[in-house]
Amino acid sequence: MSAKITAGDMHFKELNRLIRESAESEIIVDDCLGQRYIGSGVSGKHIIINGIPGNALGAYLDGSDITVYGNAQDATGDTMNKGTIVIHGNCGDAPGYGMRDGKIVIKGSAGYRCGIHMKQYMDKIPLVLIGGKVGDFLAEYQAGGRIVVLGIGFEDICPVGSFCGTGMHGGAIYIRTEHMPKSLPAQISIHDADDSDKEAIRADVELYTQSFGGNADELLGSHFYKLIPNSANPYKQLYVNN
Amino acid sequence: MLLKEGEIRIPSGCAISGLISRDGNRINGGEIVKSISYMHDRSNGLGGGFAGYGIYPEYKDYYAFHVFYNTNEARERTERFLDRHFDVINLSRIPTKKIPAIKNEPLIWRYFVNPLPTKIASSQLDEKEFVAKCVIRINNDIDGAYIFSSGKNMGVFKAVGFPEDVGEFYRLDEYDGYAWTSHGRYPTNTPGWWGGAHPFALLDYTIVHNGEISSYDANRRFIEMYGYKCTLLTDTEVITYIFDWLNRKQELSLEDIASIIAAPFWSEIEGYEKSEPEKAAKLKYFRNSFSSLLITGPFSIILGYTGGIMALNDRLKLRSMVVAEKKDVVYIASEECAIRAICPDCGNVWSPRGGEPVIINLSEEGKRKCL
Repeated sequence: MSAKITAGDMHFKELNRLIRESAESEIIVDDCLGQRYIGSGVSGKHIIINGIPGNALGAYLDGSDITVYGNAQDATGDTMNKGTIVIHGNCGDAPGYGMRDGKIVIKGSAGYRCGIHMKQYMDKIPLVLIGGKVGDFLAEYQAGGRIVVLGIGFEDICPVGSFCGTGMHGGAIYIRTEHMPKSLPAQISIHDADDSDKEAIRADVELYTQSFGGNADELLGSHFYKLIPNSANPYKQLYVNN
Repeated sequence: MLLKEGEIRIPSGCAISGLISRDGNRINGGEIVKSISYMHDRSNGLGGGFAGYGIYPEYKDYYAFHVFYNTNEARERTERFLDRHFDVINLSRIPTKKIPAIKNEPLIWRYFVNPLPTKIASSQLDEKEFVAKCVIRINNDIDGAYIFSSGKNMGVFKAVGFPEDVGEFYRLDEYDGYAWTSHGRYPTNTPGWWGGAHPFALLDYTIVHNGEISSYDANRRFIEMYGYKCTLLTDTEVITYIFDWLNRKQELSLEDIASIIAAPFWSEIEGYEKSEPEKAAKLKYFRNSFSSLLITGPFSIILGYTGGIMALNDRLKLRSMVVAEKKDVVYIASEECAIRAICPDCGNVWSPRGGEPVIINLSEEGKRKCL
C-alpha cells in the first residue's frame, strides 16, 4: 500500500514528519512546492514526488529511493549514504555534494558543482549521472565515485563547463562528447574511453535508459572522454613542502 | 532564554525574486509577495522589501521620495530642506496596516517632488544629479531621516520582518506595476534595521542582493571618490552606487557593467584573443580601468530600473538563480518554487551562468504604455 500526502503550502518540518512516521513503504507526495530536506536520512522507503522539491532533497539519504516528476533545486543528495534519486527533469547546483554511496540520476541538465567532494570506500562507489549538460566546477575535489555526463541534445558543444575536475584526486568522470573540456588542470589526465571503460559504465547508462527511455547501445556507441587523476603529476607542494 | 552560538542553527540565506511584464501589463503587488513567501526559510525575519515600477502613473513625472523618520524633528528639518530645493506637489504618510509581525516602525512618509529650476541652474548640475546629491545630503546630514526610495514612477517598500509580512504591512496588493523585485533578508554581518533592508535605491536604480561581497572595502573606497557615501552598514549599498555611477554617469551599457563587476577570468579572456580579439581587448580594458569595481564573493542580484530588470550572478556562481517565462512575463528567483508558486505552468526554466547577465526590457508596446 502507499500513502499519499498533498504538500501544497505545508512547511517542510510537517511534511518530513509525515514521511518519517508513515508506516507505508511507498509515499507519494503531490503538489510539492519547495519543501526542503525531503527524505533526509530516511531508510527503506520509496518516495515519489510530483512537483518541485526544495533544497537538500535526500540529504544523508540512507537507503531510500526517491523519484521526482519535476525539476529539483540545489544540493540534491547532499552527503547521501545509500539509495537512489531519479529526477525526471533538470537539477540545480551541487547535486551529490560529498556523496558516499548511492545513485543520483538526472534526466536533463544540472547546474554548477555537480558531484564535488564525492568519495568512495571499498564497495561503496557513488554515481552521479546527468543526461544533459552541466555548469562549471564539475567534480571539483572529487575523491572517488563515478560521474557520467551524457550530453544528450548537446552534441555540438562540450557538455561540461569550465574548471572541470579542479582539485580532483580520485574517482572518474565519463563524458559523452567529441569536444574536449576546456581549462583542465594539470593534475588530471584525459583519455578516449576504450571498450573496457564503456563496459564499466554500461550498467549506469542502462539505468538511465530504463528510467527515461533511449537506447543504451547507441549512447555507448558514441565517443566518450574519461578523466582521472594523473598519478604522474600529483598535487605536491601546493600549500606546504612535504 | 537566549540561546548561545552553537545551540541554535538558523538554516537560511537571503532570497530574491523578481518579475516583469515585457508588454507593460500591470501586475498586482500581491503576486510578488506570494512568490517570495515560498522562500520564507531563506530569511530570518530581520528584513524584507520590495521595489515596484510603474506604480505611480498619476504622478509619473515627479520624483517619489519614500522616507523613514525616527522623530518629528527629523521630519520637520527634512521638509524644510525639501521646501527650499523642491516643488512638493503631494505629501502623505505611506498607508500601512498594523500587524503583530511588524513592530517599532519609524514614521514613514511619501513626497512627490520636482526640483526647483532655479536651484538646478545655480547648482550647475543636471536634474538627476541634483536630486541624487540632495538625497545623499539628507541621508548624511539630517540625523534620523533616511530617504530609501527616490525615483520616478517607482517605489521601494521595506522593513524589519519577513517579506510576506512586510508586503502585508505596506498593503502591496493596493499597488500595480509592470515590474517588481523583492528580498527576504538573513543578515550575516550587520544588524537588521529598517534602512538596512533591501532593496537599496538611488534614483530609479534598486538592488536586491543575496550574498556577501568580499570586495566591499575596495569598492567603497573607489566609489566614494565620486561623491557617494556608504553609510548604511551593509555591502549591498555599494552595488547600487556602482550601477548608478557606471550606467547613469559613465553611460556604460548594462552588459558592459556585468563584465566589469563580474569580470571574466584572465584565463577566459585569453581564450578570446584569437577568436574574438576585439572582445578580448574590451574585456582587458574594463578589467584594467575598473579593477576596483570588480565584485568578489558570492552574489546574486536583481537590478531594477525604469523600463527593465537585470539579474546577475557572481562569476563563480556561488548563489542560486533561476529564470522562467510565460507569455510576456519573465520571472527570476533564487529558487524555482518561488516562480512556480505564481506561475505553475511556466515553461523554459533555466539557470544563467555565473557572470551572465539576464536583461529584460519593456517591449515597444510596454514602453508606450508605461513610460
